[in-house]
Amino acid sequence: MAASSGLVGPATSVARSGPVARFELLVHSVLLSLASVLGAVLCCLWIAGVALVPFGLGLPMTLLCAVAVRWFADRHRQWAGQRLGTPIARPYLPTPPGNRLTQLQAELRAPASWRDCAWLLANSVACWLTSGLSLVLFLAGWFYSGYPLLVAVTPPEVFREPFGFFPVHGLGQTLLVALAGSVFLAAWYFSAEPLARLNARLMRSLLTPTDKAELLARVGQLTQTRAEAVDAGASELRRIERDLHDGAQARLVSLGMNLGLAERVADDPEAVRRLLAEARASTAGALEELRDLVRGIHPPVLADRGLDGAVQALALANPVPTTVEVRIPGRLPAPVESAAYFAIAETLTNAIKHAGARQVRISVEFTREPGRVSGELRITVADDGHGGATIDDGGGLHGIARRLAAFDGTLTVDSPSGGPTEVRMSLPCALS
Amino acid sequence: MRVVIAEDLALLRDGLVRIFQAYGDEVLDAVRDAPSLSRALVTHRPDIAVVDVRLPPTFTDEGLRTAIEARKRVPGLPVLVLSQYVEQLYARELLSDQAGAVGYLLKDRVMDVDHFIGAVRQVAAGGTVMDPDVVNALLGRRSADPPLRTLTPREREVLALMSEGRSNAAIAGRMFISEKAVSKHSNNIFIKLGLEQSEEDNRRVLAVLAYLQG
Repeated sequence: MAASSGLVGPATSVARSGPVARFELLVHSVLLSLASVLGAVLCCLWIAGVALVPFGLGLPMTLLCAVAVRWFADRHRQWAGQRLGTPIARPYLPTPPGNRLTQLQAELRAPASWRDCAWLLANSVACWLTSGLSLVLFLAGWFYSGYPLLVAVTPPEVFREPFGFFPVHGLGQTLLVALAGSVFLAAWYFSAEPLARLNARLMRSLLTPTDKAELLARVGQLTQTRAEAVDAGASELRRIERDLHDGAQARLVSLGMNLGLAERVADDPEAVRRLLAEARASTAGALEELRDLVRGIHPPVLADRGLDGAVQALALANPVPTTVEVRIPGRLPAPVESAAYFAIAETLTNAIKHAGARQVRISVEFTREPGRVSGELRITVADDGHGGATIDDGGGLHGIARRLAAFDGTLTVDSPSGGPTEVRMSLPCALS
Repeated sequence: MRVVIAEDLALLRDGLVRIFQAYGDEVLDAVRDAPSLSRALVTHRPDIAVVDVRLPPTFTDEGLRTAIEARKRVPGLPVLVLSQYVEQLYARELLSDQAGAVGYLLKDRVMDVDHFIGAVRQVAAGGTVMDPDVVNALLGRRSADPPLRTLTPREREVLALMSEGRSNAAIAGRMFISEKAVSKHSNNIFIKLGLEQSEEDNRRVLAVLAYLQG
């Protein structure tokens, strides 16, 4: 995903209830109602700015408004995400390269910007029917609950018509109004949460990316990972070709030469024996190189035993003590298996070569989504080395992350300076 | 010796048959897949089975599994496993029953025909033969351990050769020292590693391998 279409803030489900939460919502209602007015103003300024662009003043105004609107919408996305318990994605496409003016043009042409604009207008009305209504219920509740007191302390004729159409006379009737006040308060108390959720849902309907925008972002991401996967495959093939050419093929040529020479000197047994010994050494060398090459393409133990056995074999071959914990209830698809294996193998190499690890812990676990065959493969490689590993240095971990991306996989590193390091990988997949 | 061979590639199968015939051994059966190997082992009860790890129908580690399975039914059935790759994981599985009479070698080792036939005879006689690659990897992995660090270079050399399953006489021949010197070195090795002494060659090999894999 491009950086600009990530999530806004940590969205956590608000699970609190009771009076405290109600008053929190009340504060939100006040802020949101004020914000909706501000939003309408912002929208008008923005449209005015765009209209004034030909007259010079409009340009800075539009720029400012565009930035402000996005910030404003992001804050609302965050609030609605927290209300609903699921984060709301930003619909904005990555900013194209170029100067600020072309970027602005692109921003103004983007459907997401106009959806923001539509939301500002819609919100200036809808917010009053949700958060505003909640606020009015609360204020009315307190006003009518205190009505007898108001009547008592104010001069006559000031508070006589609580609902604007029938007058009240005497204490009994004011008490009835106070009763109505507590009905309002109860209505506020029970409707605060549903109204806030309704408001959040209205926001979500206009502030999330459209299906089309989501598809566009996905296509962009797939295009990028496909290009990387194709590149990686091509360079892998080049490497194999080079290794064969410089290694096994060269050795077989020298083997042929030796045998040819042996034919020539057949009458000198000593020379023949020497040449044959050399020929055998060439054969052994060629086999050695082919073995290493094949291990780099697809380790036989992976084909034989799947990821479980292959990771065990990796741990056995590792020069530092390595504990392995694998929980996979079945066999993974071969491409996923291979990607996971090489990711673990390279992470191990990093841990030993660069971090000076003395102990490594590998855990691999497949968790199934309830009621489906697909799930997620989670891999953790932890070491006690001196830390400081990063993804963004174009180094080994960066390469692993890129290759996992082709499978929609992710890689995160937690590696403070001084260690310990924990590399976590995740691959969505299905058991075969 | 009465030999059963399991190898799916005709070229290598014929090569192995020719080698054994050249050394005057009787090839009872040369099979090309795991089920026929299973049958051949039970019906012929050969003195030695030479088995390729990868066999049809699945072309994974069928050969190894079949050999281990057969040794469960016929304890101590001599099996020499050949492979294009040696895996410590497989070495561990082959050695796990501690019965001896097993070998695990790279296919390349067949090129040194005398040595290969020597290994076959050793396994048939109840010995253990491990590929130098397996032993080097084991030693490399444990080389930082305190007991192994206290070994002298000479003792390390003896330890490596012993782990491959060579007899004291063979080690003496390789290192150009007397057999008495070899047994002195091996005694020292056992004391340093805290292992039980044993007079029998194969018991010692198994003890050392178990230590290295531990």
